[in-house]
Amino acid sequence: MRKTKLSYSYVAINIFLIFVCLAAIVPLFLIVSASFTDDIALTLQGYSLIPSKPSLSAYEFILGDPQQLIYSYLVSIVVAFGGAFTSLIVISLLAYPMSRPEFKYRNALSLFVFFTMLFNGGIVASYIINTRYLGLSNSIFALILPYLVIPFYVLLLRTYFLGIPRELTEAARIDGANEWMIFIKIILPLSTSALATIGLFSLLLYWNDYYLALLYVDNPTITPLQLLLFRILNNITYLTTNPNVSSGVSNVARAPVESARMALAVLATGPMVFVFLLFQRFFVRGITMGSVKG
Amino acid sequence: MLIKKYKRLDQSAFFLMALPGVLLLIVFNYLPMFGAIIAFKDYSPQEGILNSPWVGFKNFEFLFNSGNAIRITFNTVFLNICFIVSSTIGALILALCLNEVQKKSSWLAQLYQTLLFIPYFISYVVVAYLVFALLSSENGAVNQILRSANVKTVNWYAEPQWWPLLLTIVNQWKWVGFGTILYLAGLINIDTTYYEAASLEGASSLQTLWFITFPLLSPLITINILLQIGRIFFADFGLFYNVTRDSALLYPTTDVIDTFVFRALRTLGDFGMAGAAGLYQSLAGFIVVVIANWIVRRKDPERALF
Repeated sequence: MRKTKLSYSYVAINIFLIFVCLAAIVPLFLIVSASFTDDIALTLQGYSLIPSKPSLSAYEFILGDPQQLIYSYLVSIVVAFGGAFTSLIVISLLAYPMSRPEFKYRNALSLFVFFTMLFNGGIVASYIINTRYLGLSNSIFALILPYLVIPFYVLLLRTYFLGIPRELTEAARIDGANEWMIFIKIILPLSTSALATIGLFSLLLYWNDYYLALLYVDNPTITPLQLLLFRILNNITYLTTNPNVSSGVSNVARAPVESARMALAVLATGPMVFVFLLFQRFFVRGITMGSVKG
Repeated sequence: MLIKKYKRLDQSAFFLMALPGVLLLIVFNYLPMFGAIIAFKDYSPQEGILNSPWVGFKNFEFLFNSGNAIRITFNTVFLNICFIVSSTIGALILALCLNEVQKKSSWLAQLYQTLLFIPYFISYVVVAYLVFALLSSENGAVNQILRSANVKTVNWYAEPQWWPLLLTIVNQWKWVGFGTILYLAGLINIDTTYYEAASLEGASSLQTLWFITFPLLSPLITINILLQIGRIFFADFGLFYNVTRDSALLYPTTDVIDTFVFRALRTLGDFGMAGAAGLYQSLAGFIVVVIANWIVRRKDPERALF
């Protein structure tokens, strides 16, 4: 009796979860489906999960003149991978002295890092400083520098470093190692999983960010993918009036605008979503590392 | 003597290591804190931050007298409360379900978890695309369904009353996987002997849930909610600016402090008012996070931020 009751609830739970999971992924199929739909059919019959009239014209249109897409991919790759890698170096170098009792000013340094989590000067002052005083307008550095030091990641890494047994560093010091050697030869190799986790969060932050680009970038040659997508969604003609995209398209009216937008979204984000999913266990660890005690 | 020399060398090594990070924090975090004085100035790009004339609280008067401050504060706080409530409840329910599945079939639980986590990786730009595919008034999927059911269609991007609900749904879609993973980890950490004891005593599964699972999970839930409350004056810019497509008709319910500041800065070029709104947000945020942290500290010092 008890057993059947249990399995009923188990079935109910599974049905519920299947339903919720479908809600999580079905909207994405809507975009994929639209990108494979004939543009006129899309305009007339609307978005649906199965293409009303399958067509590759959207992809042909974009890949026929992929210059802007390639530019944007390059910008996004340089910013995201370069940024995440540099960020890891800066963050771990900053977190290490904060984790060492030998460092006289470690509490002051921790407070200095931590205070930026409590109070910020707001985007207006940052904008003026970055554009007027640092000359970061239309510079690729404007997309990288502001996210190099994320205080929360610094504190996470410091906590992780603190968990490394003191005996190891003590022994190294007795053997004559200096702090640089301890950091490079002992601490970093023992922290690879924490570094991978933080590196991936940083990569995701850079890859999906369009806020910095929106603030600082007008130039198409340093427009990252997310900003390109943003511009195209908000200005349907960007895709066809942008000289980088529309050259070679003589008749603007014939461009499959609606489905091409969706195809661009698929091309621009699809591959990276798969990469992130491959490494999802690191994200899961990161979420629990920051939040579950012990 | 030799030991002392080594010590001084080590201290300088520490300084050298911290230097790049410290410089970046000074330039990108501390300088803007001082730059926030533009809220009290009539900023002109020619004069710069230091040389622009002081105007006292005029920017704030303008902000508060125009009624904007009340509207954007209400929208920010109200929608954040909706998000906190819905995401906490949703994530708890899903975590409890996943935990049950996990006991019998871990690969199935893993599959569900992966699918739920996918939206977390989708940027808000792309989220705006799929919301547009759903809600576009002419050929969006939702209006087609309404049409085929002979219900009056809705011009979604022009009718603000729907958007608190819509934004809550979108926020839930994007973040519930994240919260589920968090609470699932908390559930797995609960010592199984509690459950064994409960089952020996003949407790029903609802009783077990109510008297064992919730009490043991409540510190994690409380602290998570408090951490989110600490951010209650800060809105998710990508969600509010992008998913609404910055449609002016929707401002009554969707304009939040962050989008208001961005527009004042980039569209209107009103540095003074943008700065005033930004500083107001920073100060309010600072007070709230200090209070929230004070409460966390009393409950569980180890989880406190400071």
